[in-house]
Amino acid sequence: MNLTVSPPPHIKARTTSELIMLSVIICLLPATGWGVYAFGWRALAIILVSITSAILSEWLGCYLIKKKPGPSAVVTGLLLALCLPPSVPLWIPAVGSAFAILVGKIAFGGTGNNIFNPALVGRAFLMLSWPALLAPPTWPVPLESTSSATPLNLWKHQHVSTPLKDLFWGFRPGCIGEISAFAILLGGIALLILRVIDWRIPASYLGTVAFLMWLLGEPVLFHLLAGGLLLGAFFMATDYVTTPVTKNGRLIFGAGAGCLLVVIRRFGSLPEGVTYSILIMNAFSPLIERFTRPRVYGTKRK
Amino acid sequence: MLKFRGGVHPKQYKLTASKPIEKAKLPEKVVIPLRQHIGAPCDPLIKVGDEVKVGQKIGDSSAKVSAPVHASVSGTVEKISSELSPSGEFVTCVTIRSDGRDEWVELPPLDEDSPKQILLERIREAGIVGMGGAGFPTHIKLNPPKPVHTLIVNGVECEPYITSDHRLMLEYSQEIAEGIKIVAKILGVQNVIVAIEDNKPDAVKKMEEATKGFAEIVVLKTRYPRGDERHLIKSVLGVEVPAGGLPFDVGVVVQNVATLKAIHDAVRGKPLVERVVTVTGDVAEPKNLMTRVGTLFSDLLQQCGGPTKGPAKLIAGGPMMGVALSADAPVAKTTGCVLVMGEVKEEEESPCIRCGRCVEVCPMGLMPTILAKLVRAEKYEDALAGNILSCDECGCCAYICPSRIPLVHIMRTGKIKSSALMKR
Repeated sequence: MNLTVSPPPHIKARTTSELIMLSVIICLLPATGWGVYAFGWRALAIILVSITSAILSEWLGCYLIKKKPGPSAVVTGLLLALCLPPSVPLWIPAVGSAFAILVGKIAFGGTGNNIFNPALVGRAFLMLSWPALLAPPTWPVPLESTSSATPLNLWKHQHVSTPLKDLFWGFRPGCIGEISAFAILLGGIALLILRVIDWRIPASYLGTVAFLMWLLGEPVLFHLLAGGLLLGAFFMATDYVTTPVTKNGRLIFGAGAGCLLVVIRRFGSLPEGVTYSILIMNAFSPLIERFTRPRVYGTKRK
Repeated sequence: MLKFRGGVHPKQYKLTASKPIEKAKLPEKVVIPLRQHIGAPCDPLIKVGDEVKVGQKIGDSSAKVSAPVHASVSGTVEKISSELSPSGEFVTCVTIRSDGRDEWVELPPLDEDSPKQILLERIREAGIVGMGGAGFPTHIKLNPPKPVHTLIVNGVECEPYITSDHRLMLEYSQEIAEGIKIVAKILGVQNVIVAIEDNKPDAVKKMEEATKGFAEIVVLKTRYPRGDERHLIKSVLGVEVPAGGLPFDVGVVVQNVATLKAIHDAVRGKPLVERVVTVTGDVAEPKNLMTRVGTLFSDLLQQCGGPTKGPAKLIAGGPMMGVALSADAPVAKTTGCVLVMGEVKEEEESPCIRCGRCVEVCPMGLMPTILAKLVRAEKYEDALAGNILSCDECGCCAYICPSRIPLVHIMRTGKIKSSALMKR
């Protein structure tokens, strides 16, 4: 008899890393689909270029550091595309995804070792390098051939509010994947039900924003639905690699990101704060993790 | 209360739950390890060519922590050699060729009201060890250095597939109850709690009837690794055994139901020479077999109609903590299950994505992902600071890991290396 001898356990749970990546991609499809429907072939081209560039960069990067390429590059490429304006030239997603993968991830040693969310690293790099392309004065309006400022810009500079139902269903200018709160929630709630993501980060992130905006007398629902907050809260602030692994750590992470977002939106010069709020909290993740270690059985908390 | 932290809930596959215990065929030969317990190995008391009877002591040790072993068939000693034991280590084993006559030598029956020392001596003489898997010598466990107030009877059986304790509770509830009374008397405790998981309602009923008047039954939600002493105590009493301590530090002794039945038998004069083994998984006819210690796995497989596919893996114990062995391995006092896996899915390890699932399921409150990285980087001092020695190797982390990192294996290595560091 030819028998395998291997260490226990001899059974494994069904969920694999690949399955997790796949479910994130599937749960991003409603937002992706609405973005493509709303902005047409251009949006689709941006998404495809972004994913292709991410995959090619992953191959190149993994070849250089002698590791096996993984499926997470697809998620990175897709997420980056979803937080780009539909008006950017196609070289933008190509450059952005390459930067996201090569500098945001490979430079740290590949999958699992990066400190910052790669997609957001890519976006921050693009924003700093080509601000006029990433934050144009006017943006295409979904399903129309007109253009206008984004809801957050209108609010910040002219104090004009956008109807909540347009924000909810997705009839407003904005980045490809962020315009329909409904589509994002559909995927986000699916991820929660599938237990792919922990409720703690979106709950504390959104909860903190809501509470602080209420304190500051700002329209709470408007701030929750406008901009990229929902996309960030469900799909970026929940990135495993760059957030704490502890439960309490995740609550703190979300609360910290919420505070930063409010400070940036309300007191900063930028209309939006999702990217930087998450990136800054990413930097604190190891520290948060250290202070939120679970208590070991049979010991007292130190 | 009634809760412990973390844990997992794998599919149960209790294929043999409704199959009454059958007597296994008397084996033609048995291979009896001279160490089936935690502690010093026994020295052989016989030599090759000797005639032995069932129940005859064939190995003993003068060391404090040890338990004697007995012949489980009558016949001739054929060989004394080093063999792979079910614990996964090489141990001196005695091979006995059966004469088919099954002649017994029993110890004189004892009165259940005998003094504590006499009962403890009998439990030692009969070779009783913890039959739930750990194999700690029972006469030592029942003589704790501190007074205890509670006896918890462990009928949890939280590993998938295994049903040996379940069937024992259904078919030998009286014997277990007698065993409980003996142990309660030895320990001098009034408070007796029988803990059973809610996937065995029939066993709950049986044990309730058998222990009416002297024990309380506690039904626990099915969750692995509830049957681990530490988590059972936490579930039932809400207290934690201090790190590095033992249950008696919180005034508790935990005894498995199979051990209690063996204690009953010992007092009646029968040494520990057989136990119930669940033979399950990919075999034609899964069974619960009353098996002589030393019976080879291959004999048991044959009696269950052989493997239906493969076999690719034979496991002594359950799928979560069992040891993968060869078909020549023998049943030991601690072997509650022989699990046949028809195929083994080869899954390649991928990088840790820090999903935190291992942290969530670890019942000890450890951070397996962090500890594994420290061990792989050979930072044993940091691993010690992260309480790596608290790891029970329950396997929850490696079970849940989506990147298929062999966390138990890494933790095991880490524990060995870091405790070596501590001694230095």
